[in-house]
Amino acid sequence: MNTKELTKGFFKENPTFIIMLGMCPTLGVTTQVVNALGMGAGVLFVLFFSNVLIAALKNVIPNSVRIPCYIVIIASFVTIVEMVLHAFVPSIYDALGVYLPLIVVNCIILGRAEAFANKNTVGDSALDAIGMGLGFTMSLSLIALIREVFGKGTITLFAIGNWNGVITIPGLYEWPVRVVSLAAGALLLMGYLKAFFQWFSENRKAKGAAK
Amino acid sequence: MSYLAIFLTYVFINNFILVQFLGLCPFIGVSKNSESAIGMGLALTFVTGVTSVVCWIVYHGVLVPLGLEYLETITFILIIAALVQLVEMVIKKISPSLYKALGIFLPLITTNCIVLGIALINITESYNLLESFVSGVSAGLGFTLAIILMSNIREKLDLTPVRKVFKGVPIAFISAGLMALAFMAFDKALLSNLHLA
Repeated sequence: MNTKELTKGFFKENPTFIIMLGMCPTLGVTTQVVNALGMGAGVLFVLFFSNVLIAALKNVIPNSVRIPCYIVIIASFVTIVEMVLHAFVPSIYDALGVYLPLIVVNCIILGRAEAFANKNTVGDSALDAIGMGLGFTMSLSLIALIREVFGKGTITLFAIGNWNGVITIPGLYEWPVRVVSLAAGALLLMGYLKAFFQWFSENRKAKGAAK
Repeated sequence: MSYLAIFLTYVFINNFILVQFLGLCPFIGVSKNSESAIGMGLALTFVTGVTSVVCWIVYHGVLVPLGLEYLETITFILIIAALVQLVEMVIKKISPSLYKALGIFLPLITTNCIVLGIALINITESYNLLESFVSGVSAGLGFTLAIILMSNIREKLDLTPVRKVFKGVPIAFISAGLMALAFMAFDKALLSNLHLA
């Protein structure tokens, strides 16, 4: 076990900005911070259990039918997430809509199963899943934060007690840049963020070479 | 909803790529040249049409009578995986030339969000069998339209000087964003203006 498996998902191999997997939910649910957190938690849960189970079963699953086996394992955990959210947090269940069952075809999960879990031990796969899941959640939250703050002038978190969980930002709330919260804004923002990450990692590489 | 309204909804108003963000991975991955974009689009349209119908029949014929609606996600993804495999084998036997054109795209389609997405949307919107078929084909055509436009833009982009940090994926996303802005012109009002809603 080493911590590198855990932290590589945060930045170096960030699933959203560096390896660009699982783009559909990334842009679809990031209209509110709370949805991004819900989606991130769902993906983290499914990724963790499917990675662990696949790593544990890697010697049992025949190589030629491994992909269908992975998909069945992933789909089972997605169904569990769906039922739990439907029962306990119906507001997030409604907000995530069709994107929730679509976690099944989220390339991150199948990608990690194929690229990592079927070659590594259970412990490393668990760490890899937590790192990737957290990396995914962080990128989603970042996009959602930018889109919600500029597009609506609010930050929606969980409602606790009397507080409805919404922070409003004066100025932006009255005159929001509405396009950021729309579909077109999401694609534009993603382009600029990707360019930023490309610039950042290139700079780092150049610095590393100079040393 | 009339069939024309469903067609217009999924090709323009709710275009899966530009409005709902389903199937972005192949949209960015396969849109580098227009030939493969057309191949991918047609292969996907074929598969969404077939899977919409089969998933609808299985859901209403098997899952609902047995009270197993909660298994829809698992069932649909298995149906899609099996059907894509079957389609691949049938095309290979019947028309080798078509297989050559579409073959490499078919395995990619299993994990395309649009295929599973439209099967699930057909159920939540409670379409009948024929409406499901129309929505499936329209979703595929909407994807085809978007990916063909995108591939033409990207072919032109290859010839233009783009700043290094924007090269490749970032500029593709930004072009898609500008295209989505144009698609915002299509909204629900289109249906009422055409007296379809």
